[in-house]
Amino acid sequence: MNPSLSYSLLFVAAALFSIGLAVVITKRHAVVVLMGIELMLNAVNLNLVAFSQYDPSRLQGQVFSLFVMIVAAAEAAVALALIIQVYRHVKTVVLDELTDLKQ
Amino acid sequence: MLQIAFFAFIALTLIGALTVLLTRNVLYSAYALLLTLLGVAALFVFAGADFLAVSQIIIYVGGVLVLVLFGVMLTSKPTTISTSTVVASERSNAILAGSRGVWLGVLLAAGLFFGLSRLLMNAHFALFDQPISKAPTTIDTIGKQLMTEYIVPFEVISILLLVALVGAGYLAKKSIKP
Amino acid sequence: MELTVLVIKSLVILAVFGITLLIATYSTYAERKVAAFLQDRIGPNRAGPFGLLQPIADAGKMFFKEDFIPAQANKWLFILGPCLAMLTALMSSAVIPFGDSIRYGSFEVPVQGIDVNVGVLYVFGVVSLGVYGVMIGGWASNNKFSLLGAIRAASQNISYEVALGLSIIAILMMTGSLSLRHIVNEQNGFFQWNVFTQPLGFVIFLTCAFAECNRTPFDLPECETELVGGYHTEYSSMKLGFYLFAEYINMFTSSAIISTLYFGGFQYPFMHQVHDALVDSLGSTVGHNIATGIGTAVLFGKIFFFIFFFMWVRWTIPRFRFDQLMNLGWKTLIPLSILNVVLTGAGLLFDKFKYATWLIVIVMIIMAATNAIKAPRRKPVTVPQL
Repeated sequence: MNPSLSYSLLFVAAALFSIGLAVVITKRHAVVVLMGIELMLNAVNLNLVAFSQYDPSRLQGQVFSLFVMIVAAAEAAVALALIIQVYRHVKTVVLDELTDLKQ
Repeated sequence: MLQIAFFAFIALTLIGALTVLLTRNVLYSAYALLLTLLGVAALFVFAGADFLAVSQIIIYVGGVLVLVLFGVMLTSKPTTISTSTVVASERSNAILAGSRGVWLGVLLAAGLFFGLSRLLMNAHFALFDQPISKAPTTIDTIGKQLMTEYIVPFEVISILLLVALVGAGYLAKKSIKP
Repeated sequence: MELTVLVIKSLVILAVFGITLLIATYSTYAERKVAAFLQDRIGPNRAGPFGLLQPIADAGKMFFKEDFIPAQANKWLFILGPCLAMLTALMSSAVIPFGDSIRYGSFEVPVQGIDVNVGVLYVFGVVSLGVYGVMIGGWASNNKFSLLGAIRAASQNISYEVALGLSIIAILMMTGSLSLRHIVNEQNGFFQWNVFTQPLGFVIFLTCAFAECNRTPFDLPECETELVGGYHTEYSSMKLGFYLFAEYINMFTSSAIISTLYFGGFQYPFMHQVHDALVDSLGSTVGHNIATGIGTAVLFGKIFFFIFFFMWVRWTIPRFRFDQLMNLGWKTLIPLSILNVVLTGAGLLFDKFKYATWLIVIVMIIMAATNAIKAPRRKPVTVPQL
């Protein structure tokens, strides 16, 4: 793959990251916020992999993005357990309605 | 030919991501995320990371996204099952204008994107002048790296996974003692 | 790539595709015949000689039934579900090596869809995609039982995928490659077959394959007594047909993968002698191609045996309960497969000894025997006279 295509990968990663950020900020459903975080992590992975191609002997980027994936999996498992527990307590997963401590 | 496929996958990825942002149905956004993840896996193949592409599919698509779908299905209110899914989930996932400052969020994201793209346009990465690898597969290198240079992170992350497994299992149990 | 190579390659791919569909079609007939045999019945025998046209009659019936979409269902997802199930079922047979290679002039074309060096992982990726067909269909039906069936299917699939992957790792350690063709070539010689070097891994893999295909004793997702019809309760006509058909295709592919990974694929005893004799008598092109054909036939024999085995188990063993299923997966199979990996590694480290896992098998047999001896004898049940 020539460098211009690698640059376009970087642009895609930037766009994905921004979209993920917008999802995290604007959405109210907890699971969708989690999806936004996954999008941002994917953007980071894409960035790392785009650079890693030019480092064939060590492949630092690919190994790092492998670790990112594993952390994302662990994070998703714990976050969903939390979301389900919250849903059991207050019967909602809409983040704006979780205001028990405010009152 | 290869370039057309490359840009098609880029389009798939971005369309999926935008659908996650714009749709009001939680389930649709989960399936749009599926598209994005598959597109990213394909882009990994183009970037010469075959092992990463397959692990992306196995970990994200086969694991994380299924969990996310479980989350969506288990936390949808019982009424949403009896009435139409579209109408019911509109409420729970509508973009809340006003109090949350939705435009602020979108503006922030757009500003971030333009900043990043300006940065990328002006930057010249020295690494991109290096010759790219001609190896048919990256599995050998990744395996050796994991067992030599990255052995400590590898062990730490395995402990992290175990902790997450136990923790998630405990958290999701029916009754936690107060 | 030369044009002839391209033509042969596409012919191979088309043949693989067509044979997959054909075998899946006739698996339905075989299933009914096997069920009839095991229950001492005759089975389908009206359509054509021995009822051989029964699958075609069934397909015709499926097509002409009313294609019904429930009013409350999500229409597009409802249609997408069976399509995805079918697509993912058909994708996984692409990397299976069905034979050695076809010689044509100076070219050698392997009898395989694509020979990727991440073949095993490709199969895993496609298998993990298979959950989505069921989940989308189950959710879109907008029915409690469908949703429960879909969630059951998904949780069962992702739990058993872990044990499935761990049981293969031992083979990968012995072979040192992820390509299915390498794994087959490594098993030359009858006692080199992985079923002899990895007996425990084979049992774990077989169990998990049953669970992945949603076949009895693990067919909880479509368990009639609890869930009406499971995830395809609301489906009718060819959409239902697609779901059922996808199950049979999955059965075929998993049989093929079991034969490839554990039973030497297209290898058979004295293969090299047969190959050399054929090449000597018929020339290097024709002889080689005939030897390849024999290997492919042998592979299909193994596949048919495993398809029969799937059916045999289905009509013999009753269904598990869901908690039993999960306990078996998480508390038995995963620890056992990790133990398997560790022992294989120790054996390989100690002078490349491949048969180390027999130790676990021996220990398990001894434990089972002592348990059986120590267990209190059950009194013979006396049937009260009526």
